[in-house]
Amino acid sequence: MKCNRLVDVGRRQFLRGGVLGVAGAAAATVMPAGQAQAQQARAMLDYPSNKLANLADLKVNEPMDIGYPDADSPGILLKLGAAVEGGAGPDGDIVAYSVLCPHKGYSLSYHAADKTLNCPGHFSRFDCEKGGQQVWGHATQNLPQFSLRVDDAGDIYAEGADELIYGRLSNVLQG
Amino acid sequence: MAFKRNIDRLPIIPAGAKEHNVTCHYCIVGCGYKAYTWPLKKQGTTDSNWIGEDLSRQQGVETEAWYAPSMYNVVKQNGQDVHLVIKPDVNCEVNAGLGSVRGARMAENRRSEITGTQAQRLTEPMVWRYGTWQPTSWDEALDLVARVTARVIDKDDEDDLYVSMFDHGGSAGGYENTWGTGKLYFGSMKVKHCRIHNRPAYNSEVHSTRDMGVDELNYSYTDYQNTDTILLVGTNPIECQTNLFLNHMVKGMQNGAKVIVVDPRRTVTVDACEQVAGAENVLHLAIASGSDLALFNTLFTYIADQRWVDADFIAKSTFQGDVAVAEDAAHPAALGSFEAARAAVKMTLAEGAAITGLTEAQIMQAAEWIAKPKDDGSRRKCVTGYEKGIIWGNDNYRVIGALVNIGLATGNIGRIGGGTCRLGGHQEGYFRPSDAHVGRPAPYIDQLLIAGGGKVHHIWANDHYKTTLNAAEFKRVYNKRSNMVKEAMDARAGATREELIDAIVGAIEAGGIFSVCVDIIHSQIGQAAHVILPAVESGEMNLTSMNGERRLRLVEKYMDAPGSAQPDCIIAARLANHMERVLREEGRAEYADQFKGYDWKTEEDAFIDGYNSGNPEVTYERLRAAGNNGVQEPVKGFENGALVGTPRLYEDGVFTRHGREDGKALFCMGAWRGLQAPGKAQQKASFRFLINAGRANLNWQNWFLDQKNEFVMDRFPVPFIQINPDDMADLGLKPGDMVEVYNDVGATQGLVYPEPTARRNETFMIFGAPNGTQGNVINAGTNELILPNYKQTWANIRKISDATPAAARVSYKSWEVEL
Repeated sequence: MKCNRLVDVGRRQFLRGGVLGVAGAAAATVMPAGQAQAQQARAMLDYPSNKLANLADLKVNEPMDIGYPDADSPGILLKLGAAVEGGAGPDGDIVAYSVLCPHKGYSLSYHAADKTLNCPGHFSRFDCEKGGQQVWGHATQNLPQFSLRVDDAGDIYAEGADELIYGRLSNVLQG
Repeated sequence: MAFKRNIDRLPIIPAGAKEHNVTCHYCIVGCGYKAYTWPLKKQGTTDSNWIGEDLSRQQGVETEAWYAPSMYNVVKQNGQDVHLVIKPDVNCEVNAGLGSVRGARMAENRRSEITGTQAQRLTEPMVWRYGTWQPTSWDEALDLVARVTARVIDKDDEDDLYVSMFDHGGSAGGYENTWGTGKLYFGSMKVKHCRIHNRPAYNSEVHSTRDMGVDELNYSYTDYQNTDTILLVGTNPIECQTNLFLNHMVKGMQNGAKVIVVDPRRTVTVDACEQVAGAENVLHLAIASGSDLALFNTLFTYIADQRWVDADFIAKSTFQGDVAVAEDAAHPAALGSFEAARAAVKMTLAEGAAITGLTEAQIMQAAEWIAKPKDDGSRRKCVTGYEKGIIWGNDNYRVIGALVNIGLATGNIGRIGGGTCRLGGHQEGYFRPSDAHVGRPAPYIDQLLIAGGGKVHHIWANDHYKTTLNAAEFKRVYNKRSNMVKEAMDARAGATREELIDAIVGAIEAGGIFSVCVDIIHSQIGQAAHVILPAVESGEMNLTSMNGERRLRLVEKYMDAPGSAQPDCIIAARLANHMERVLREEGRAEYADQFKGYDWKTEEDAFIDGYNSGNPEVTYERLRAAGNNGVQEPVKGFENGALVGTPRLYEDGVFTRHGREDGKALFCMGAWRGLQAPGKAQQKASFRFLINAGRANLNWQNWFLDQKNEFVMDRFPVPFIQINPDDMADLGLKPGDMVEVYNDVGATQGLVYPEPTARRNETFMIFGAPNGTQGNVINAGTNELILPNYKQTWANIRKISDATPAAARVSYKSWEVEL
């Protein structure tokens, strides 16, 4: 039944998002656990530096599931095929986004034909080539984009986020 | 790159934070929110917080335990800085925890000295002095207004005072404020030359449905959940009534309802309906612009011919006979019985198809979905929602009447799963003395102002410069007339008050106009003002309004007014006090006495003086207790500690809106007569492109604030015009290019947004923009009752510039979701 798409598909995707993130799960925070408990991370600064993939792992326009800053925060790593503002890597075309819709937290799905992330919950959509700008929708912010660093070996690290991720009042979970 | 706030954490609401009932003040749906406030130096923690959740963990979908940065701010409350979070209320029946892209930014769109948001808000009264606006005291500003106003009016002669005043709820409207201005201008005075915030006269937008006995808000939102067919006409609810669509219409579709959308363009609503219901259950009737009346008359004829009408309902609840109300200057169509209407509006499928551009099969399909009884013989339920597509479209009176005809003929008004209702813009909140002295047709104020009418102009949160028709001409003349007064004031700098007022009156008598602007921001028409008075909005005062299903709620004041800004009702009261004083000083005691009765200290005093006088059961205390679910008007009583409302009108089959004692509804006898408003047919013949106009999700109802909101202005730095890509190729246009839209009336500008679903030569432009006034190209033609015809406008398009640097950075991809 098509009418079940609205809520149920979103919920399924959300659950799937919660258990994916192999890369994220493997990549522990760089901060020793004791230190993390001892002091609150500084705003916008103290993010884990997580290896997401190597350049060789990416195929153009095929998003790779990631988890960042931790496994419970699903996202995608994507090589767009053409340079974009804010793109990382030798071609300036690698981006990473949270895929929890900032409206109500449904898991966004990628539409390769126009490089957008789309929400099954309430039909919002975001442009992966424009920094996650909401093309149309109900979210009151553009999509959180993860800042990336690529080292000499081609390893890609996520090191920050520029908007609050849905479902957490601190991007790096505290306490 | 898209705008990002670079906020990666928010203060946590502590347990024990103050909680306030908030109804979103932007659109008519009136979603429930809760405002939380708490002292600046206090915070909740991940394990001790307002909701008792473990916030050290990721929260799930649709969680109540999260809020976005747009829902947060720091504001003043009783003089102290406090944290503020305004988040959707999961327990409100209207929205069930959903927030729209507008309402979920309420907190961010509050004025804050700490975070710097909405610095554009007016904080002090200002008067024109020494060639610019100077801050002053309330008493000085009001004294000037009263003295100048008193010079141009007298008892029984108030025609030189023109008043533009909102009549709606929500925002800065509401029962308190409409009563304040209403008592002043319709009680103490009998001002005839007045208009409403979005149209050039003081009139109903839906005269015909009321004349037929049917109030335009007659259902309950739940009727969308319990129906067989949802008929949407000239409305785009996923953008303009977002959570009515998402929380009620979607559930109706999930329960099996089919949807018919009548709209010349394929809106995102059509797409969303197809996503939810499946394309096979959605019928988009993309009619020729302005041909709605032909469609409805054809449907009515066909449904009647098929005998798919509710004969018992027609016999018991509608007028029997021939003509009940004759066509005349106040009634652009006669009203009468079902059979009389059938004879008057008769249209064949072939005629209807030819005029609308639809196929006969499409019209038959629509008729079946609306009215064909089910296989077991039971009647189909159909709920109808309509809005500006026909309200501001061709032949307003007849087209709304024709749509209500279908609702009445099929017995779909006053029943579960039925209703024929406008979807609305603002909330409602009208309580005023009679406006009968204004007359019908009401005076066409904006044209009278252009023709030199009016000497003093009081403007309450109207911005003619952005929302009128023939706007370019209006601005030219109004600037000239108000400048005459400014120049006269400048020339008398240093003079005594009496000399200054003489100078102002001299300029007025020479054709100038003295302009007083009451608003929350310095509006565009406010650039012409001589006195500017700062008002407050919902939440900065206690405010009552009702939504599109007549749900009355109290928004509790949760923050201080900006600076010395006041509620409109209190400003009106103080102006009345000054009028009384000045008139008494001038020895006009009898006239001065008319301005007694404004000893209000608070908005609650105005509420008691106004709304409560007609609805004695309703008090602030009881509304507070009723919370965000409030009570649906009319309120019938108070039982067991709760107000008792009315979920649906006319369930007894007795129709009353027209005031007829027999309680019988009337049918509208308005036949199709082409493009009715003057100049429209000629414009259509002379210019290539239809310039359809409307609203968009992001900034509908809140653009006056959003013009200073980075998230919004980053997306659309310039108002957009959607054009078919083949037309763009014809005109040599790229996405984001700036075009000029020009015709016989004027010109305006827009940013080109490619829209593959737009028909050739049919564009859609956003209405009411601060920078690109669509009204500049709309001619002065209205219907007989001075309802503007914004929708039927034709113009040519030429490129004037490449994309602006800001416009070059935004996304031009399709709005239609791909799942």
